[in-house]
Amino acid sequence: MTENSIINISLAILFLPLLGFVVTLLLGKKVKSIYLFEVFLITVVLIASIFLAFSKLSYFIDDKIVAELEWFRLSDTLVFNLGFLLDNITVLMLFVVALISALVHYFSIAYMKGDERYNRYFAYLGIFTFSMNGIVLTNNILMMYIFWELVGLSSYLLIGFWFEKKLASDAGKKAFLVNRIGDIGMFAGILILFLTYNTFSFDAIFQAIGAGKLPFNSDFWLSVTGILLFMGAIGKSAQFPLHVWLPDAMEGPTPVSALIHAATMVAAGVYLTIRIFGLLTADAMMFIAVIGMLSAFIPATIALTQNDIKKVLAYSTVSQLGYMVMALGVGAYKFAFFYLVTHAFFKACLFLGSGSVIHAMHHEQDIRNMGGLRKKLPLTYATFLIASLAISGIPLTSGFLSKDGILASTFAFGSLTGYWIFAIVGFLVALMTAFYMFRLIIITFHGEPRDHHKFEHAHESPFVMAMPLAVLAMLSIFIFYTPNPFSADQGWFFNKWINSAELHAPNATRFDFMQSEVATETEQTAEHNSSHGEITYSEKYTEAMHSAHYPAMYLSLFVALAGILTAFVFYQWKKVNVDKLANSIKPLYNFSLNKWYFDEFYHKTFVAGLLGLSKIIAWFDAKVVDGIVNGSAEVTRRLAFFTGGFDKYVVDGLVNLMAYISGFIGLIFRRVQTGKVQTYLVLVIFSIIILLFLF
Amino acid sequence: MNNFPILSLLTFLPIVGMGIVLLLPKKQELSIKVTTLIVTAIQIVLSIILLMNFNYAAGGINDASSFQFIEKFRWIEIPGFAWIGKIKIDYFMGVDGLSTPLVLLTAIVTFIATISSWSIDKSVKGYFAMFLLLNTGMMGVFVALDFFLFYIFWELMLLPMYFLIGIWGGPRREYAAIKFFLYTLLGSIFILLVMIGLYFSSMETLADGTRVFTFNLLELMNHANYTQTGILSPLNPNNLRFIAYIALFIGFAIKIPMFPFHTWLPDAHVEAPTAISVILAGVLLKMGTYGILRVSYPIFPELTYQLSWYIALFGMINIIYGALAAMAQKDFKKLIAYSSVSHMGFVMLGMSALNTMGISGAILQMFNHGTITAMLFLIVGVVYDRAHTRDLDSFGGLGKQMPIYTGFVTVAFFAAIGLPGLSGFISEALVFLGGFGNATTRILTVISTLGILLGAAYMLWTLQRVYLGTLNEKWKDLTDLTTREYFMLVPLTIIVIYLGVNPSPMLNLMNASANAMVKFISDAQVIYGSLNAF
Repeated sequence: MTENSIINISLAILFLPLLGFVVTLLLGKKVKSIYLFEVFLITVVLIASIFLAFSKLSYFIDDKIVAELEWFRLSDTLVFNLGFLLDNITVLMLFVVALISALVHYFSIAYMKGDERYNRYFAYLGIFTFSMNGIVLTNNILMMYIFWELVGLSSYLLIGFWFEKKLASDAGKKAFLVNRIGDIGMFAGILILFLTYNTFSFDAIFQAIGAGKLPFNSDFWLSVTGILLFMGAIGKSAQFPLHVWLPDAMEGPTPVSALIHAATMVAAGVYLTIRIFGLLTADAMMFIAVIGMLSAFIPATIALTQNDIKKVLAYSTVSQLGYMVMALGVGAYKFAFFYLVTHAFFKACLFLGSGSVIHAMHHEQDIRNMGGLRKKLPLTYATFLIASLAISGIPLTSGFLSKDGILASTFAFGSLTGYWIFAIVGFLVALMTAFYMFRLIIITFHGEPRDHHKFEHAHESPFVMAMPLAVLAMLSIFIFYTPNPFSADQGWFFNKWINSAELHAPNATRFDFMQSEVATETEQTAEHNSSHGEITYSEKYTEAMHSAHYPAMYLSLFVALAGILTAFVFYQWKKVNVDKLANSIKPLYNFSLNKWYFDEFYHKTFVAGLLGLSKIIAWFDAKVVDGIVNGSAEVTRRLAFFTGGFDKYVVDGLVNLMAYISGFIGLIFRRVQTGKVQTYLVLVIFSIIILLFLF
Repeated sequence: MNNFPILSLLTFLPIVGMGIVLLLPKKQELSIKVTTLIVTAIQIVLSIILLMNFNYAAGGINDASSFQFIEKFRWIEIPGFAWIGKIKIDYFMGVDGLSTPLVLLTAIVTFIATISSWSIDKSVKGYFAMFLLLNTGMMGVFVALDFFLFYIFWELMLLPMYFLIGIWGGPRREYAAIKFFLYTLLGSIFILLVMIGLYFSSMETLADGTRVFTFNLLELMNHANYTQTGILSPLNPNNLRFIAYIALFIGFAIKIPMFPFHTWLPDAHVEAPTAISVILAGVLLKMGTYGILRVSYPIFPELTYQLSWYIALFGMINIIYGALAAMAQKDFKKLIAYSSVSHMGFVMLGMSALNTMGISGAILQMFNHGTITAMLFLIVGVVYDRAHTRDLDSFGGLGKQMPIYTGFVTVAFFAAIGLPGLSGFISEALVFLGGFGNATTRILTVISTLGILLGAAYMLWTLQRVYLGTLNEKWKDLTDLTTREYFMLVPLTIIVIYLGVNPSPMLNLMNASANAMVKFISDAQVIYGSLNAF
């Protein structure tokens, strides 16, 4: 096993799905079963990514493997490269993407059966996997942006896959455009980075920052750069205030929602933030933490009241992504990635489970028409339950380990900085999460069926759909990450596999507890600035984390159980009349049901404003700008008319007048010319006499 | 290769073709079309030969020795009389990294446009004769290095364009044709005045040591060639160079078209037949920005430097204003026309940056916009040929009815949006990087990035209105692409994808020239600064 073979395997992982896309798309019309080619390739990719992760974690666990090639150049100093960066996070992420992508492929074989664009669907899954792998593998920010946009394209194509539906094509468009807003920020960040460092490579940029080179030579602009780059994540990870596209994206086929809008693409924003973590200053992190907190909180309150099974899951996704982002903001880098992975599995499981339900119910998505489905769909129910326990943070699940870590980190952050708000919101959201997930389970699977006709025809899904559910549910169990079900600290995943964060921002700009000890000691005498390198959290932080661990664990367990219990009280045992309760807090209930009116607000302000502005511009263009052109043409024409008239009547008139006058004179003098010599003689003599007389 | 007059051949071959077309009997429509096709195909072959023999290290711009495929001989010579002196005009052609991409673009776009013209059925002979004449005019502009020759070609292409729109156009063709003609003519007058002014301000030293007034663009770029008293001479403290620069700029800007001189474009496009729209947007608009880079920039480097913020400003206005105006259009073709206004703004923004990334990005954007917009107009043509309407609101669901066509549409639209992996992205990214890299244009560049959002907005909205949704019953008989349409769209699609993945071939072509341009303009600041001192 050499580094070279690692790179070659990565190349295969990247490009095989692209091959699948091209072949499946071009032959889709002619060869009915060409989708199997794509399914085959994704299986190869999955095997390759397992092999890659295994090799990397066995032989190169502490290495960072980088490979670069020149893409194009403008001059000797302006060279644009493409490249790979493989650390442990990369290979784990590749595995997550490949696994979920493969499972979604298998699931879709049955789920999409009979669709008229069956092959094209698989082709789109191929280009998505390609783009996502590109984001994961890249070593530079420009290449990240390139694949970032390609992911946006795949998402657009897949959300709008059933483009005959207006809602679907609207949702695709909305997703692309809302993402672009974030991307502009990200692109602006890239502009600043390239201007400052003349490179796009993460490593080179970090090194230069470590050496003290800052954008516009100021800490402030380093923070701004971090925040601008993070704007890309706000779009892609559907963070507040750009979260509005994700719930609409549920118009796409459900397996797509599982792959793209739950597990992988939306996690790309978190992945980006992980990649740029090294340049974040305390100010940027604070901004990120606040965005994450709001994104965790707002959608959680919305999920409480939604009745569409996929909408509940969508809002829960935004909320959980908010957790990850918040974790990064408070410095819990490892837990953010840990939660990214565990969430990917159980959220994909939940989405595929909802797909199984929707499939069984013949495309019914409203949970008010469901009920009692556990009898009909036992396997779906079991896996859905495990995944729900995981997302609620119940012990023995992966979610408990990871989410508890994030909550403990916010707790520690609160004790270190005094900003307790993140911990408070974190626990509050955990409570709501447990509640709405079990509300969903109880209404869907428990109780009596509400739509008997659909219920009678419901049936458990075939093997290709059940198998992915089982695999994903299995991966929601603690044992895959750590031997100790109550702490991830000793586990291989957390302890060995995830690289520690590297911080490169100047010490002075970091949180107190995140400053490099080495640098602090040598700061005065620093001849060679060693502030970059592995992050060494201060002892204070270790202590704070340590003392936060147990209180946070008990508290999170308490709120999760409280949430579940409340859901049972409300919906299973019906001890509380939910409708009455909703009525008594009508305004709040409606506020949640209507998603805080974000869509309405954006529509009335930005969308209407933009359309209005474009109408004004078009009017201005037609009436004023072109009006001046046509007006001056008209003036010229009028002028020409007048000069024409002047020419005809005055200038030409004068000429004619002269001619007329001379003609008139001629007429008079004509009589003189009689042709008789005698008359001429008389005239000559007369003339001479007059002349003589005169002089 | 050195003595083979490849540029003259490229330029005048269409005239020969026109002669043949005119000799052919009117009824022989197929022979006329085939003749044109052969001529344009030979042009492609010639431009490929040009590329294969191109020296990538030679910069050109102001340095006669690093221009390639030079053809130069005395064309007009009148012995001196009165104060005018001896008149001498050279036939001077040559290419560098700035013009070669555009020669290539012209060859490709006219070839595609010829295929698109196959459906012309009204006075075929006249159409193709005019078409070939236009072709000569365009080629000539891109290879001429003598201002007089440049101007002749510039005017030459005006006439056939007038007839092509005015005779073979849509219902309001005469209005559009006259508007196009007069507007461009107005620009030409400005260019002519500056040309004459420059002529009488500069002196070229001939081999025999005599000094004569000159139209030679490269000689005009050398400050040492100007007389002390010439009205456009940098050596004359009371010169009128500023006014001349503005006049020349407007002359070229009308062609780009730059706000507020752009309103001829939507009208011309809407009325022009598809093939002519393709040429108009694909090649003709580039003549404006090419003229600025070839003539204005190196002849007036000091003013270019001083006024770069204003160039960027108008670039930004074009980008945003064009995009917003496009968004409100109801006519498919008009929308695409306004998108050209927006996309040409990127060229201006890149030019204004005066650094390598900006200039390279601008030239590349010229080429990319040429191919992408050609695709867009062909796409409109395809649907107009079938449905005989371009009303955006009357469509819907064509994606289901014409899936292959819609595939091409998706590629073209996303290329226009600047999606990475397609050619438009590279040039737009370079333009932004360049614009941001220059402190003068930085803020305007940041504002311009809004264009990538607005561009996506109107493009995706159009995609949705025409191709997505349920099929309007009216259009259930529309057929998918014909073989001829494949021949038009496939080559362009390949170019758009290839240059998106691997832009090197095109960038390597222009690198030396872009760098030479940047160096020339920055060096000129020192020189011209010292000139003003005395």
